[in-house]
Amino acid sequence: MNKSSTDRIEKQIEVNANVTRVWRAITDYREFGQWFRVELEGPFIVGEVARGQITYPGYEHVTMEVIVEAIEPEHRFAFWWRPYAIDPKVDYSSEPRTLVEFTLEETFSGTLVRVIESGFDGIPAHRRDEAFRMNDGGWAAQVQNIKNHVEAKP
Amino acid sequence: MSKQNLKQPSKADTGRNATIFAALGDETRLQLLLKLGTGAPQSIKQLTMNLPVTRQAVTKHLRVLESAKFVTQESHGRERLFVARLAAIEEAQAVLRTIAAQWEDALVRLKRFVEE
Repeated sequence: MNKSSTDRIEKQIEVNANVTRVWRAITDYREFGQWFRVELEGPFIVGEVARGQITYPGYEHVTMEVIVEAIEPEHRFAFWWRPYAIDPKVDYSSEPRTLVEFTLEETFSGTLVRVIESGFDGIPAHRRDEAFRMNDGGWAAQVQNIKNHVEAKP
Repeated sequence: MSKQNLKQPSKADTGRNATIFAALGDETRLQLLLKLGTGAPQSIKQLTMNLPVTRQAVTKHLRVLESAKFVTQESHGRERLFVARLAAIEEAQAVLRTIAAQWEDALVRLKRFVEE
């Protein structure tokens, strides 16, 4: 994980179960709901909204709403959501969504599950590249520049 | 796991987080932040140079960055100059660390679930 970037989060875990088993756990809405802790109303369908009440203690007031982006069997499952949209009184409709992507990879002893959440800065990657074409280091390096600069001049 | 141990985000936090990331979600604003990150405090005139937008647009974007606390104004004589703020960038990174920790927990629950 690139800690200086403000755009993406990457996490992975190795599990002792085969890809087929893990695929079902992340794409069957009932199984997803059990470990993620959300009571989804219906299945994940590409291009459609899936929503449900969070069951995680302390977050029960939150309705989770995702738009399914991709279901590529036993390989990639992706959806859009708003990760910090947890106050029911606030209208988040103008806030950018982030893309959550699960990818599965078969390993010697099971499955490597990778999750990437990207788009926190709210602009598509290709447009960002354009914005930073003058700066080889890109956003991560620039954040560091800003930090260095501000730290040097408190 | 007891409920007391869970840090419940306050209303102010979530509104603030949305503001932070919404402020970063614009090409012009990112460019302004980059410009401020590479040098000394700058005026609106200086910041508008080499940008394909008007001074009015830059002023508007600076206002957004200022309300999200990414930049602050300083007066140098009669001139108002803009400066980047480290604290807001650190705040954005802290939010991401929190979300990353939540994903870590979720993946551990997924592991337990499929290995059962």
